[in-house]
Amino acid sequence: MMDATFSHVIVWLSLTQNDDRPDVTHIYWLLGVVLGLLVIAYVAGRLMKRYPEHSLNPAMIEQFNHRIRVWWLMGAIFVAGFLMGRITTIVLFGCISFWALREFITMTPTRRGDHRALFWVFFFFTPLQYVLISFSRETYAQWFGDSGRDFYGLYSIVIPVYAVLFIPMRIALSDDPKRFLERSAKIQSGLFICVYCLSYAPALLNLSLRTTAGEPWGDPDSHLPNAGLLFYFILVVQLGDVLQYLWSRLAGRRVIAPKINASRTWEGLLGGVTSTTVVGAMLWWATPFQFWQAACMSMVVAIMGFGGSMVMSAIKRDRGVADYGTLVQGHHGVLDRIDSLCFAAPVFYHLTRYFFSQVY
Amino acid sequence: MAVTVPFLAGLAKLLSGATVRWIDCQPDTCQRVYFANHTSHLDALVLWASLPRDLQPLTRPVAAKDYWDRGPIRRHLAKSFNVMLIDRTKVKVHQSPVEMMIREMGDRYSLIVFPEGGRNSGEEVGEFKSGLYYLGKKRPDLELVPVHMENLNRVLPRGEVLPVPLLSCISIGAPIWLEAGESKAEFLHRARDAVCRLRDV
Repeated sequence: MMDATFSHVIVWLSLTQNDDRPDVTHIYWLLGVVLGLLVIAYVAGRLMKRYPEHSLNPAMIEQFNHRIRVWWLMGAIFVAGFLMGRITTIVLFGCISFWALREFITMTPTRRGDHRALFWVFFFFTPLQYVLISFSRETYAQWFGDSGRDFYGLYSIVIPVYAVLFIPMRIALSDDPKRFLERSAKIQSGLFICVYCLSYAPALLNLSLRTTAGEPWGDPDSHLPNAGLLFYFILVVQLGDVLQYLWSRLAGRRVIAPKINASRTWEGLLGGVTSTTVVGAMLWWATPFQFWQAACMSMVVAIMGFGGSMVMSAIKRDRGVADYGTLVQGHHGVLDRIDSLCFAAPVFYHLTRYFFSQVY
Repeated sequence: MAVTVPFLAGLAKLLSGATVRWIDCQPDTCQRVYFANHTSHLDALVLWASLPRDLQPLTRPVAAKDYWDRGPIRRHLAKSFNVMLIDRTKVKVHQSPVEMMIREMGDRYSLIVFPEGGRNSGEEVGEFKSGLYYLGKKRPDLELVPVHMENLNRVLPRGEVLPVPLLSCISIGAPIWLEAGESKAEFLHRARDAVCRLRDV
């Protein structure tokens, strides 16, 4: 997989050398840096595994290597998304949402009476959300003759308003009052977190990006500048995760909420958010943000990501499972990987929408 | 027929997100009776599809003839999957379901049976009917393999047509045999326990 990723990137970098749009190359630089870091991390992980006597804890190394593998996979998915365009990226996110929702609902006990409501949730609302997002401003103009807009007005409310109203209605029809409110709430939050929140990440591709000075950022006819911003966002979320983990390991003393998550400490949160802010700010050149703006964005993303992990931990503790991955043997938990992403995406999207894009 | 089987098997696996766990048991071409809890129409299909490719033609689900002989679609499905249809209405002395099963399976086929008799609501495993005991008694060489199917009742519960694609888990446990001098009730109790225990492994 590694070789394949590399050859793609090399072909692709050589294609861009005679490109006369300078701002787009930023993304390739960013991608190059990330790939470089991943290679280093991969080699380090292999070495630690080969010479166990010099290193810390085999379980930790295994965890580290697993994370690196997941990142390679994410990277490969991203490269595929970049190369094959906007719709592919949206479809990929749609699939991730679908799988995460599957894990979420599998873990939550539902009753026979919820079956029909669940069917609508899986096969109507989830695809609908992504179909609405897949209309770019151009396609919207083609279909409805109204330029410069997308379906934001609809996809920002279709789940939190209409699906939230529909779910208890459908459950009520099934004539089973037992734990009614609880069951409705579980399905609603699953749909909200796994589908609605996550869908704001690919929705970044629909924005018409501007700097705060009001100048257009990137080539408006290409989806690459927006894809670059999406990549930056996911990178910052992942950095936030890993840096908080490292800080907790190195300096963690005071656990925030031991019953929810025994490994999250105040020191880890503080150190993690600060270092994510610094690293995210230093990557400002790949975004429409200025240095201090990138710092603020990274800080918000890191804090929301932390919130997301805590909420998902709380749900897991309530259900008495350690990881979504161990819930059903052999499945790697998608939900474990995207919890922070889900919580950070809507906030990042809206901040970008209001301050760094032209809203029509 | 050539299209129906791989298509339906693939679809069932995709919808049920089934993970297969072989616990103290390995796939083998020897003659076996897989007995499982029954909660959904998908049970037999998913279990059959979860077996390795080379075992599939050798393994036949057992089903009631009066149900599967009704209508062309059911008949076609039963034929495609080489289902062993047992007539429950015409039971005679030398024509009991167990006799028929043993005759049909010969020295070649393995069976998939659901000893609870019908599909239950899914929360509890029901009491087992005696067929499994007589199979074990008349053919002591058969490996009786317990199988626990989890969450399939949520994927496609009884009385529903449209599935919800949750994740399910199929656990296949160590084979049991009828012990010398073991009574029918004791054996059926032990068999049911073997299925239930797989839930917690």
